[in-house]
Amino acid sequence: MSEIWQGLVKAVELIVTLDPEVMEIAGRSLVISVTATLLATIICLPLGSLIHFNRFIGKRTLINLIQTFYSIPTVVVGLLVFILFSRIGPFGVFNLMFTPTIMVIGQVILISPILLGLVITAFSGVDKAIPETAHSLGASDFQTVTLVLKEARFAVIAAVLLAFGRAISEVGLALMVGGNIKGFTRVFTTAISLETSKGDIELSIALGIILILIALIINIALNRLQQR
Amino acid sequence: MPLIETVDLCQKYDRRDILKNINLRVERGEVFALIGPTGAGKTTLLRLLDLLEMPTSGKIYFDGRDATESKKVRFQMRRRMAFVTQKPMVFNLSIYDNIAYGLKWRGEKKGAIQTKVNGILEMIDLSAYQNRNARTLSGGEAQRVAIARAIVTEPEVLLLDEPTANLDPLSAAKVEELITGIIHQYRTTVVMATHDMSQGQRLAKRIGVLINGEIIQAGDPREVFTSPQSREVAEFVGVDNILDGVIVSQEGGMVAVKIGGNKKVEAISDYLAGEEVYLCIRPEEITLTLSETTSSARNLFIGQITRVVSAGPLSRIELDCGFRLVVLVTRRSAEELGLEKGKQVYATFKATGVHILRSN
Repeated sequence: MSEIWQGLVKAVELIVTLDPEVMEIAGRSLVISVTATLLATIICLPLGSLIHFNRFIGKRTLINLIQTFYSIPTVVVGLLVFILFSRIGPFGVFNLMFTPTIMVIGQVILISPILLGLVITAFSGVDKAIPETAHSLGASDFQTVTLVLKEARFAVIAAVLLAFGRAISEVGLALMVGGNIKGFTRVFTTAISLETSKGDIELSIALGIILILIALIINIALNRLQQR
Repeated sequence: MPLIETVDLCQKYDRRDILKNINLRVERGEVFALIGPTGAGKTTLLRLLDLLEMPTSGKIYFDGRDATESKKVRFQMRRRMAFVTQKPMVFNLSIYDNIAYGLKWRGEKKGAIQTKVNGILEMIDLSAYQNRNARTLSGGEAQRVAIARAIVTEPEVLLLDEPTANLDPLSAAKVEELITGIIHQYRTTVVMATHDMSQGQRLAKRIGVLINGEIIQAGDPREVFTSPQSREVAEFVGVDNILDGVIVSQEGGMVAVKIGGNKKVEAISDYLAGEEVYLCIRPEEITLTLSETTSSARNLFIGQITRVVSAGPLSRIELDCGFRLVVLVTRRSAEELGLEKGKQVYATFKATGVHILRSN
């Protein structure tokens, strides 16, 4: 028990003193996941509006398929990225394995289905009469989509935050394609998993606390949004 | 050249006819009302005129140009119109932004938008609330915002779909007053749909009766109300007395028509003896008295009251005169005459108060 207590005290110390190693891991984690979330958002917003606003055969099936991938295991995405980008894979020439870049790519693949699905749901939540009213008031197709996006803004932001949460908290993918290289690809989750197995729980707890704090901030932001 | 013209316009949903051969012409500056029961196709016709949907067949010309031609043409033309729907759909934005959006989409400058929106806000009496989210408004206020949002773009055509249908009488009156103001101030061409006949009569210079997807009659409101051209129109415009009969004589434009119960009604018509017809008598054309008075009215019947229903300031009296007759009198005179069930009264109406239509 006292060991855990000591660990906790040490962890707080690490955070308060802005320990270089802790800050470096936290900074890298945030940069990778924020980049991945931004990229996924840039892809999923237009793609989601394309799917939502167009009628085509197999639309329902496509949406079902997207929803199926909401809970795709991170290690499966890791495996996929590994196959694609390892030396023997089709993208092996880029030599991206075990770099932050490949971690971003992996996270984009991981969170895109949930982001895409939730964006489509957010659009569907907007009254059908809104796009029609916009058209009747002289909006072009693009202007109409922008307005619908504005109407769905809270749900879309919630989707983005949720996707970010999934990106920053996953461990399987980061470990498999990032490799947990100290000072290069080590992030919150991989560090916690490694340090814990090494018995160095202080660093793990410190990182865990920061991760939970981030989750808390996201949660507060989400709650605020939903109350609007 | 009419501003809006439709040629043999037809619309089907799932093989069901919604509109059949609509040939409509609306001149620039005209206020035209489409009246008809719910489900007659009024909304569909307005949506077609706003080019929000494409007809199954037929053409729509806007300012002389075929609007069914291409998507681009439709977009350009839609920008010259504005459509206010029955259920006001405001955007989840401030009142100011709701009104400003149509102008923003047209690429107007910020300063110009501000001037125009502020002017309109004053007109609809919501200046003080301009920063409030429009979703928090009551139905009547939201409808005023919807109208303001439409009119701020200075459309050449304003399409209104039952603008007061969902509102309480007070809000409805306010919205109607706003529409009247717009008609006078902007001289906009207006096409409005309403199931409220009196509203059509109050606002429009010309009305068209749309029943079961067809425009059965169009013309001056007074003419439509007093001289309906078919039984459906007569029923819709509130002619409660429609009596079948046969013309027994005709002399100098005055006919005698034999109706049920072996009674005769005199009326003005050129139809010849032997013609099967039906008579339309508006309930407000009939006068009730307790004794047989001398009057210039040519038709006098004695009857017994079978039912009295009061509806606001008016009372609706149903009589059995050997045939059924419905009469509208003011509530006050109903009370003064002591009209009640079972009482015997005299009903009189002029020959000119009878409108005759040939049976099909």
